[in-house]
Amino acid sequence: MLKSPAQSTPTTPLSVEKTKSEIADQEAKFTLNAKDKYFAWAFLGPSLLILGVFIFYPMVKTLYLSLFLTNTVGKTTVFVGLSNYINLLTSADYLSSLGVTLFYVFAVTIITIALGLVLANLASKRLPGIGIFRTLFSATMGVSVSVAAIFWLFIFNPSTGFLSLASTWLHLPQIPWLTDPTAAMWAVIVTTVWMNLGFTFLILLGAMTSVPTTLYEAANIEGASSRFQFFHITIPSISPTLFFVSIITLIESFKSFGLIDLMTKGGPTNATNMLVYRIYKDAFYSGNYAQASAESIILTIIIALFTLLQFKVLEKRVNY
Amino acid sequence: MDIITKPKLSRRIWDYALLTILAVVVLAPFLIGLWTSFLPTMQIAKGNFLSTQVSFQNYIDAFTQTPILRYLGNSLVISTATMIAQLIFCSMSAYAFVFLKFKGRKFLFGLFLATMMLPFEAEIIPNFQTVKALGLLNTYSVMVIPFLTSAFGVFMLRQSFMQMPIELKEAADIEGLGHFQFYWKMVLPYNRIPLMTLGAYSFLGAWNQYLWPMLTTFSNDFRPVQNGLRQLQSEETFNDWGMIQATAAIVVIPTLIVLFIGQHYFKSGVNEGAVK
Repeated sequence: MLKSPAQSTPTTPLSVEKTKSEIADQEAKFTLNAKDKYFAWAFLGPSLLILGVFIFYPMVKTLYLSLFLTNTVGKTTVFVGLSNYINLLTSADYLSSLGVTLFYVFAVTIITIALGLVLANLASKRLPGIGIFRTLFSATMGVSVSVAAIFWLFIFNPSTGFLSLASTWLHLPQIPWLTDPTAAMWAVIVTTVWMNLGFTFLILLGAMTSVPTTLYEAANIEGASSRFQFFHITIPSISPTLFFVSIITLIESFKSFGLIDLMTKGGPTNATNMLVYRIYKDAFYSGNYAQASAESIILTIIIALFTLLQFKVLEKRVNY
Repeated sequence: MDIITKPKLSRRIWDYALLTILAVVVLAPFLIGLWTSFLPTMQIAKGNFLSTQVSFQNYIDAFTQTPILRYLGNSLVISTATMIAQLIFCSMSAYAFVFLKFKGRKFLFGLFLATMMLPFEAEIIPNFQTVKALGLLNTYSVMVIPFLTSAFGVFMLRQSFMQMPIELKEAADIEGLGHFQFYWKMVLPYNRIPLMTLGAYSFLGAWNQYLWPMLTTFSNDFRPVQNGLRQLQSEETFNDWGMIQATAAIVVIPTLIVLFIGQHYFKSGVNEGAVK
């Protein structure tokens, strides 16, 4: 999950706000000082400048561009209002991209969380040498996008790849992994899940190991099965963390670009042409900056909605 | 889930077997890649996966025939610069939000919060135009300047600055420490662990950048390693699987070492953010 560049980790739950009384409490403890104003500008200035130039201004500019037609160098020509959006949302091509992205995002999230839970549940047992397994399970965190793509491109390679060889050995039918639309989508999903797994595992493990052991002791005395304990003690106890990693995975998947570019280039026949890859192609290949801007705004709305949901739920701290 | 009751021996064997199988499955892509990096490409092409002609030739080729070291060096420069900048600017902003009282603090904080909702991927068109106008294309700066600060970092540090004992600030006031001195001599040393967590995050974040460097760098002099590996695959080495796997191994091994050393900090940082 650390594929996210510095700016694109907007998904942390650090919004965890102090309650109002805590803030008031804190404010009362500090004496108001007129000079603080100047210090504030000195301390905040650099960050505000960078965020202003590279986050706020471009968002406004993108919104502006999306309401015009643009020429090949991205200068606005004619104001067209919302027609870029209307064109997009009525185009079968764009709707297919949207559908493909949603399928990918939910498949990646569900599978990553399920596998992460399996690994974390096993690795949370107190066994001698468990630390080695914990380290191994988290290893994919250190694999960057282009390295993951190389590993998996070799595995999926149609002629000399590992899966192709394995199918031959086992007399199984060959699957044209990267040239069949459905198989290519699954190839990208599998690779993404693999990349995400280390991070997800580590977070879930952290949550599971901090569940009070007394809960399990009580359950053991009552004779509850380990499956019952997993669904009735572990899952409810880690629900805030579970929610946090799910939404982080969801948001990061919406922004997937690297693996698409490295593995399928959006193909075959647009089967993996997801939202960010599409923005990139429309803007920097086709020179259709207006349409790419409208696509950017749609992407922003989707991500903003999920981020807000995250803020809201974390404010309530799920259940404990 | 720490079950204290003594499990039976058969149960333990079953647990270890399952753990081992899962570890092999999770690590399989890495192991397959590492293994092929020692095989001659001819043998790989023939499907002779169990060839015994293992050698370091692919690694020698990778180091001598590709700019992989240059790519790694570029990424090191970019990631280190980004990390240092974020540590400074994020901690300064977090300090202002926690220890300074000024008009508009809530509003500005909300503004920072809002940036977490705006994906950088959706802003590449104006940002590309901006850096082009500034003459920054194909430089190290273009990959550092937009990421000098991050809202994520500010929030993370704000969260831990707020947990500092109030007595420290009172003591500093009595000692007559100014804001810069208090920030430098007390706040930063006191928050070593969250700062190290942010350092690791920002370094790896910059290391894993892909889309932005791809748009803004055109030469091997500045190209970071992620895009360098892509470049190698698109060049004549396309089917030289042995050497490509060797370059991947050269890139991933240092990252894994850094990760295993820094793992403790990642874990504590993320969990703090997640559940507190």
